[in-house]
Amino acid sequence: MAFDQQKDQQFKYIGTRPKRQDGIDKVTGQAKYGADTYQAGMLHGSIVRSPHAHARILKIDTSEAEALDGVKAIVTRADFATGLTGENWNILENIMADKRALYDGHALAAIAATSPLIARDAAKLVKVEYEPLPHVTDIVDAISGGAPIIRESSIEANVPEGYHKNICRRFECGKGDVEVGFGEADLIVERDFFTEATHQGYIEPHACLAHMTPDGKGELWCTTQGHYNVQRICAALLGIETSQLKVTASEIGGGFGAKTTVFIDPVACALSRKANRPVKMVMNRSEVLRATGPASSSWSTVKVGMKKDGTITAAQGTYRLQGGAFPSAPSESPAQVTFAPYDIEHAEMVGLSVLTNRPKQAAYRAPGAPMGVFASEQVLDEMAHELGIDPIDLRLKNAAKEGTKGVHGPTYKRIGLIETLEAAKAHPHYSIPLKENQGRGVACGFWFNFGGSTSVSMALSEDGSVALSIGTPDIGGSRASMALMAAEVLGIPYEDIRVTIADTASLGYNDNTHGSRVTYAVGLATIEACKSATQELCKRAAGEWGIDPEAVEWEDGYARPSGPNAGSFEPLSLKQLAAKMTQTGGPINGHFEASPQTAGPGFATHLVDVEVDPETGKSTVIRYTVVMDAGKAIHPDYVEGQMQGGAVQGIGWALNEEYVYGEDGRLQNTVFLDYRVPVASDLPMIDCVIIEVPNPGHPFGVRGVGETSIVPPLAAVANAVSAASGVRQTRLPMSPPRVLKSMKEGKVVG
Amino acid sequence: MVEVQLWASLQSYAEGQKVVTVEARNIREMLAALVARHPGLKVFIDEGVSVAINGEIYADSLVEPIPEGAEVVLMQRLRGG
Amino acid sequence: MSKQVVSTKVNGDPVDFICDPRESLLDVLRDRLGLTGSKEGCGTGDCGACSITLDGRLVCSCLVLGVEAEGKEIGTIEGVADGADLHILQEKIIDHAGLQCGVCTPGIIVAAKNLLEKNDNPTETEIRYWLAGNLCRCTGYDKIIRAVQDAAAELRKAA
Repeated sequence: MAFDQQKDQQFKYIGTRPKRQDGIDKVTGQAKYGADTYQAGMLHGSIVRSPHAHARILKIDTSEAEALDGVKAIVTRADFATGLTGENWNILENIMADKRALYDGHALAAIAATSPLIARDAAKLVKVEYEPLPHVTDIVDAISGGAPIIRESSIEANVPEGYHKNICRRFECGKGDVEVGFGEADLIVERDFFTEATHQGYIEPHACLAHMTPDGKGELWCTTQGHYNVQRICAALLGIETSQLKVTASEIGGGFGAKTTVFIDPVACALSRKANRPVKMVMNRSEVLRATGPASSSWSTVKVGMKKDGTITAAQGTYRLQGGAFPSAPSESPAQVTFAPYDIEHAEMVGLSVLTNRPKQAAYRAPGAPMGVFASEQVLDEMAHELGIDPIDLRLKNAAKEGTKGVHGPTYKRIGLIETLEAAKAHPHYSIPLKENQGRGVACGFWFNFGGSTSVSMALSEDGSVALSIGTPDIGGSRASMALMAAEVLGIPYEDIRVTIADTASLGYNDNTHGSRVTYAVGLATIEACKSATQELCKRAAGEWGIDPEAVEWEDGYARPSGPNAGSFEPLSLKQLAAKMTQTGGPINGHFEASPQTAGPGFATHLVDVEVDPETGKSTVIRYTVVMDAGKAIHPDYVEGQMQGGAVQGIGWALNEEYVYGEDGRLQNTVFLDYRVPVASDLPMIDCVIIEVPNPGHPFGVRGVGETSIVPPLAAVANAVSAASGVRQTRLPMSPPRVLKSMKEGKVVG
Repeated sequence: MVEVQLWASLQSYAEGQKVVTVEARNIREMLAALVARHPGLKVFIDEGVSVAINGEIYADSLVEPIPEGAEVVLMQRLRGG
Repeated sequence: MSKQVVSTKVNGDPVDFICDPRESLLDVLRDRLGLTGSKEGCGTGDCGACSITLDGRLVCSCLVLGVEAEGKEIGTIEGVADGADLHILQEKIIDHAGLQCGVCTPGIIVAAKNLLEKNDNPTETEIRYWLAGNLCRCTGYDKIIRAVQDAAAELRKAA
């Protein structure tokens, strides 16, 4: 479809804001989340965790725990399948330590008992002999001389000689020749930036209920962003065939990336297998913070060359991401993403993954991008001020558009960055005068977005209502979006469609709810599944009329004769055709399976005003506007929800949130009181502007919106605090003492 | 013929070349041809790569056809949250 | 540890239960009474997902022991709707898309209802401070605050 044609598409249901179908269950407390199911004879699990950041495990003595009344099973590493490689090995090593505890909170053993209290008591009776080893938790220390080497064996072929052994991956991309580019520059700025690890902070801790039976089959209920992935991983770690384990996704209480992997699910399965009873496991908050993945901490070095007129001549970045004791930090992401919004001739971007004695990092919304953009968008801001150029104009001057070859390699198709910048500039927010101690920040962000494997099926009932089955947990209202797209294609009311998240035994494979993929990919599959049903409906109508199926078209809920030779017949509604379906050829269902690959890139521009209290250094966000290209907003409320939620998580990352490790290598802030996420009274309303530059790769033009929303805010807030405080803020979080100190000393120190 | 653009840190495994020209009709053939030409690339390709063809990033597809004269960029496997 | 018998009223109905003196009221509500609408997000009184009322006072049920509920009236999310009729706050949270994952929603509704019973015309700031003990990680609070404002306006109209 031509771009203009796509932009002018008219819709009946798409773009409206109906009530979500799981709304009543969720406002009445009836919706079942991970911890909300029970089974007769169910046991409760608990986990024994290392108090050491790094220690050799000499002996685990479970005899006393086993002797406690009510204890039914204990598992350790030996109870899991061996011979796993790659990702599966990595996950097993993280969820159950082998010979070494690699971080504070690393699991060593698990217990199933008849009550949660007995399970907890029994965990205290497990005697572990440790030989503490030297540890390191800070990213700078980890790659300095004298740091203990976390794992010799994980150093990969792509790290050249001469790098510290705790650097386990190196990625480089770019274009042109940066030396040439810097040679053409009138102004060069180079700075280092640091961000701390932050947790995704979903309110629902990990929870599951496993029931394995002696015939090697099993059922698992769990909170996850992807139950097919849980199925695959658990089956591998149990040594059973994937299809023998049926996994049902509960309602999910937030994930933001970190529920794309598994922690307790295989452990509950192993306990259940051993005890031959159902086992429920629920993490507490402290376990969530200590042992499930936070996002990486980072140290970035960014250098940009610019002409007096604001043209970027060269950009160079080194992004070091700390990913815990596992070679998993997404350091290639900032290397590819940070300067992707700009048309730059000479760029050189390096990503380095760093090992420390911390928990294995997990994906968090656009993994790796926000911390890199914190660096790059601040350098651009500083240069705009230095050259006396409006920060939005500076970005417009260099903005990538259709035909620009990104620094990460590909040449863009139609993208909406410029539209977001122009809308931000025109927004009333941008011209509100600032008062004393206030500053305004601007930042742009890019995220790839993702398609991924998808199966969808729809079933028509004789009364003309439709059951749609999807395999991606609904984390933010996606049932509503799917029902809207189905309604649009079928031409029946939104209310006539019921959307269910199917279990692994009822629907074919689906990738996780991640990568901003659901509205795009599952939406595309929903559209195609419904189209396959309307084709069949047209065929049935053709039979009724005695004409060629090709002479029938589906329009707004009716089969209509079309074309010159079709003849004249009264259109048949979906309801009429459904009522007769069993007599006209049998049930009518639609399905679609594919790995759609044409997710359109997402761009956003954020505007924020911050007031800094000169006496305390406390920063308060007083105004925030998110401008983002959604391609086409299917249910605008939930698009805005993604924009607002991402912005606020970014505000928390910028101002409050951080992992604090003690000298002993233990996490100091393991409750929400000390790990402080933004609360309602910290914030203003978050204004949203949805830009719609349709994605040519989706029938309705959808682009993902879940992840791009968290890419700019760290930098946007830092630019605002820098302006308000008069000091370039190079370190997160910008906590009151740090900002106050920076104002006294004229620069950020530690 | 397909001109495959490598990410910079792969160049040392491809005799310093930024662009490797191979005979291939789709992604599977293209990856196989790269490994045949430069065996040092195998470990990276096995770990998972994405391929951008004319600006569209194919996260893990092997079957996508590569049109004549297309811009083809080898990328690290996309990851999402 | 020996169990104790506790007599309470839950959402208006008499309810007796037996519990271990170490069990929180949240554990009792969920594990013994099957009222899983109250959620445990932290267990330390920081997130508000387990918000209930105890004799009309808003509390985190994870910070109350089951045995402390003896003789008290407990109000949970399960008692907020009047049969099939949703409370106006429940309606407005749905209408304004004031939820994404929905796990904090029961606590938010119990807390906001408690506010509106005391003050049917709260300012935005008053709402934000009242709900400061209820963490939501998905929405950024914007649509929740708007829903509460709208519900308050409706309540004033009805009064």
